[in-house]
Amino acid sequence: MSAPLLTARNLSKRFGAVQACGEISFELVEGEALAIVGESGSGKTTLLHLIAGLMQPDGGEVSYRLRDGFSRDLATLTESERRALIRTDWGFVHQDAARGLRMNVSAGGNIGERLMALGDRHYGNIRAAALQWLARVEIAADRIDDAPSTYSGGMRQRLQIARNLVTRPRLVFMDEPTGGLDVSVQAGLLDLLRGLIADMGLAVVLVTHDLSVARLLSNRILVMKQGEVIESGLTDRVLDDPQAPYTQLLVSSVLAA
Amino acid sequence: MTTRAYNYAYLDEQTKRMIRRAILKAIAIPGYQVPFASREMPMPYGWGTGGVQVTAAIIGPSDVLKVIDQGADDTTNAVSIRAFFVKTADVATTTDTERATIIQTRHRVPETPLTDRQILVYQVPIPEPLRFLEPRETETRMMHALSEYGVMHVKLYEDISRHGHIATTYAYPVRVSGRYIMDPSPIPKFDNPKLDDCPALQLFGAGREKRIYAIPPYTRVVSLDFEDHPFERTKFDARCEFCGATDSFLDEVVTDDKGGRMFICSDTDYCEKRQAAAKEAAE
Repeated sequence: MSAPLLTARNLSKRFGAVQACGEISFELVEGEALAIVGESGSGKTTLLHLIAGLMQPDGGEVSYRLRDGFSRDLATLTESERRALIRTDWGFVHQDAARGLRMNVSAGGNIGERLMALGDRHYGNIRAAALQWLARVEIAADRIDDAPSTYSGGMRQRLQIARNLVTRPRLVFMDEPTGGLDVSVQAGLLDLLRGLIADMGLAVVLVTHDLSVARLLSNRILVMKQGEVIESGLTDRVLDDPQAPYTQLLVSSVLAA
Repeated sequence: MTTRAYNYAYLDEQTKRMIRRAILKAIAIPGYQVPFASREMPMPYGWGTGGVQVTAAIIGPSDVLKVIDQGADDTTNAVSIRAFFVKTADVATTTDTERATIIQTRHRVPETPLTDRQILVYQVPIPEPLRFLEPRETETRMMHALSEYGVMHVKLYEDISRHGHIATTYAYPVRVSGRYIMDPSPIPKFDNPKLDDCPALQLFGAGREKRIYAIPPYTRVVSLDFEDHPFERTKFDARCEFCGATDSFLDEVVTDDKGGRMFICSDTDYCEKRQAAAKEAAE
């Protein structure tokens, strides 16, 4: 097995007296989907932001294996290296699509932005790539010139995914990607995500409070409570045979349909 | 000679010194927006306070000043700025592009080619070319610092997807000396090619936004475009009604309420000279 893609060591973060994240360590290998679950305020979003470089940890470090094969501590990257990484090798799917999209720029422009940032200067090629990605995320080709502000919630989320995946990243962070969508749209989106993750061999760090989303998308799971990881392991193992009392409570509180 | 109620060229010497330092920095880093402590001027924002401050900082008694607004020497803005400097700086003024040593302009670059003894001063309303897609100043500064200019092409992409061609016709973004993306102020894109390799020094002043930037003489200035949608200069299917020019930037003038219209040169000096030459040739 090759070296892990992402390694977090003793990550910690405090907000005043509140320990949002305490000494968390884990590894992620290429093509692996890791879910971080827990109730609101358990520190899962903070952890995601620490890993994705959106927030500075108080202690600990995150290292990532770049495309050249060398692992680097993210804190030592220069700002331009960090931004290049975020634009090309990473994706970030926000719960609120408006944060991840340019709402007044057409769908084609949204998908093409990363390509143009990488120096693609051929309109025809950019448009072809945008059309291809719209098809992959099941958005009708004739909506390419419409702004996402005219899209439904589910379509926005799919567009956000296309915008992120157009540069073929290796690692995608997702913050409640299905939050706020109704159940049938959620199911379609999960199906799509699962297909894309498998096709592209994406590594995923997924934050969710929805255990069924974690079960569908992830291979491994971290259960968080009050800033600590209280249980981790293979998703099926943890969800079918929870050991920690809190995990047992979480699993038993899922409503049976 | 008027009585001196103010310091020479209105601004006090320390202010002029501060502005000159900003100008020198701007010349040293072509296309980079240098912040400066813009002063309150005796005219409203939008009337060219940035350009006036730049002109005030570089002007001397031996200069010959020309001021144009939309290419014309005789519009309110041009006339009042010219009068301002006559009153405060004792300078000679002219409408003749070739005689001028400093040309302050709003919206146009003169048709007559400029020389290396001239300085062109632009009045700029919004100096930040990235503002369209990024409202945060801290972010746009970072984007300039890291040459992160992908969004500029997003804007052009949007144009093509909506209109079939790049529909931006003024304030068309350029890359200066292979580095900074710059807004050439609201000049028509017809004038963009004149910025490239220009012998004259070009200074840009934005009073409200407190920025000065510059294109040194003989600097490479490239208009942004796509490989399959290259930059095109505006072409007119008309000729000037007065002088018959087909190579100048034309203004459309509505002459009645029945759809009557004509096209005339926006550069009045260029047009008048051509008319005079034609008259001479005819005699």
